[in-house]
Amino acid sequence: MEKQRLVYKRPKSLTDTIFSYCPGCGHSTVHKLIAEVVDELDIREKTIGVAPVGCAVFAYDFFDFDVTEAAHGRAPVVATAIKRVHPDKVVFSYQGDGDLASIGMAETIHTANRGENITIIFINNTNYGMTGGQLAPTTLIEQVTTTSPYGRDVKTYGYPIKMLELLAPLQGVKYLERVKVTDAPSVVKAKKAIKKAFINQITNIGFSMVEVVSSCPTNWRKDPVESNKMIDETISEYFKIGLIKDTQ
Amino acid sequence: MSNVSEKVFIKGNNAIVEAALDAGCRFYAGYPITPQNEIPEYMSKRMKEVGGVFLQAESELISINLVFGAAAAGARAMTTSSSPGISLMQEGISYMAGCELPGVIVNVMRGGPGLGNIAPSQSDYYQACKPGHGDYRLIVLAPSSLQEMYDFTFDAFDLADKYRNPVMVLTDGLLGQMMENIELKRDKKSEYLNKPKEWALTGAKGRHGQRILSLLMKPGALEKHNFDLKKKYDLITKNEKKFEEFHKNKDAEYLIVAFGTVARISKNIVKKYENIKLFRPITLWPFPYQELKEYAQNVKKVFVFEMNLGQMLDDVKIALEGTKKIEFYGRPGGGVPTSEELYKFIQEHI
Repeated sequence: MEKQRLVYKRPKSLTDTIFSYCPGCGHSTVHKLIAEVVDELDIREKTIGVAPVGCAVFAYDFFDFDVTEAAHGRAPVVATAIKRVHPDKVVFSYQGDGDLASIGMAETIHTANRGENITIIFINNTNYGMTGGQLAPTTLIEQVTTTSPYGRDVKTYGYPIKMLELLAPLQGVKYLERVKVTDAPSVVKAKKAIKKAFINQITNIGFSMVEVVSSCPTNWRKDPVESNKMIDETISEYFKIGLIKDTQ
Repeated sequence: MSNVSEKVFIKGNNAIVEAALDAGCRFYAGYPITPQNEIPEYMSKRMKEVGGVFLQAESELISINLVFGAAAAGARAMTTSSSPGISLMQEGISYMAGCELPGVIVNVMRGGPGLGNIAPSQSDYYQACKPGHGDYRLIVLAPSSLQEMYDFTFDAFDLADKYRNPVMVLTDGLLGQMMENIELKRDKKSEYLNKPKEWALTGAKGRHGQRILSLLMKPGALEKHNFDLKKKYDLITKNEKKFEEFHKNKDAEYLIVAFGTVARISKNIVKKYENIKLFRPITLWPFPYQELKEYAQNVKKVFVFEMNLGQMLDDVKIALEGTKKIEFYGRPGGGVPTSEELYKFIQEHI
């Protein structure tokens, strides 16, 4: 038989556990991208991840490198301590919008302001996925959620918060990019950004964060195709895809 | 660092710093709050000298979660605070207990509830010994002298590592702020300092990834974890109970039960009056129930003195199982009783 060329295989940094995420959810794609980046940079044996509270709370079931849990919103702080204890390791936190932008806002801002040399992968799906789709600080204006059945009213809840734009003026922050994973070209770009955020840490450039605007078909009450369409046509109008800050 | 014991005249809060560094603690995080500010201040200077990590956290939530992360990474880590700050740390302490992470928390108690005041108090007995959410235990050590502030802080690190459990040193603003002669045991070896922490996250070199977690969603998994923790707590209870029996006459008819500062004050009474003896729990958890019951066996009455409205009192009642008449006198809100005041109470209730 003719020898076949291996063009794709499961990243070593992923376990054999099947993702428990809903069909069409962006988490699985982003997990795979992180695992690929860790493999490509050959850092599996020195990567330490911090999982959040939220849908990605089970991240440690899927990654085959060291992972700890953290209390809701505290992941950047736990990552900070691990990095301070082991400056030679590559430390990242993986957080959703409820975790990073709501309960963990102080932790996020102070970690960024200290310019901690860590990487944050921030999944923005405009709602609290794990707990059933409640309103998040990132929920769009007039978006219906389980706690905003009449849509997000800006008089009550203000406007959706743009975390990257909020962090951009802080001098400790070195790299911020917003990506999406709705189609093949955007997945390629997302991987590039995630890789850069890891390389920045390895080369001691400093605090780097990538926001992935990610779909949540189950709580958006849409099928995966419609969900991706909503990101491409509506959400990315508000949360602009692209580079927000790069000091290099 | 010299290899001999060293006598110093030192402030209680500073003694905690020296003990932590002597025990090999190289990671400290803390947030300003009175009456423990000397600890982060002195630590910020001393930690740099020994090449460790000092971080002034932006909140007590951040303090305790920095300790969580440092412990997960295998470091000896400590945070310190005072009562309202400890309330904020309860979440993180519960996570540490659930994840079985070692770590030392020093609580220099002040008056409460709420913002309270900054005077010495023992009003956190409950939140130390009957702590936050979930079925867990915190080892609690209560010093009553500055030597003990030093010794117990040192020991707290070994206890934390030995059992992979958070340990609290429960002291107060009086012991934190006063100065006393103590002996720094620079040559004392920490038993568990260099024991490898196989469970710690250090990078998956030549192995699969390791996990530190308290989330156990599979049916029965958390229940099993809780029962495993119970076994550990039973072992701690068996091995680590500490207490002091203080008397001129072992057969004294009246017994005082007090901890920390109040035990220290009560000793003045026992030194003067042969018919009164003192039982001082040192580990508030595990509480020496059986030992107290035995020591109280032949007394006519038990007096419980605290700088609160009666918190340890509950444990004394559990220990004595209704066999003794108990009289309680407490000073809340920063009140510190004198030995004369306590003796007067005894006289009035004999």
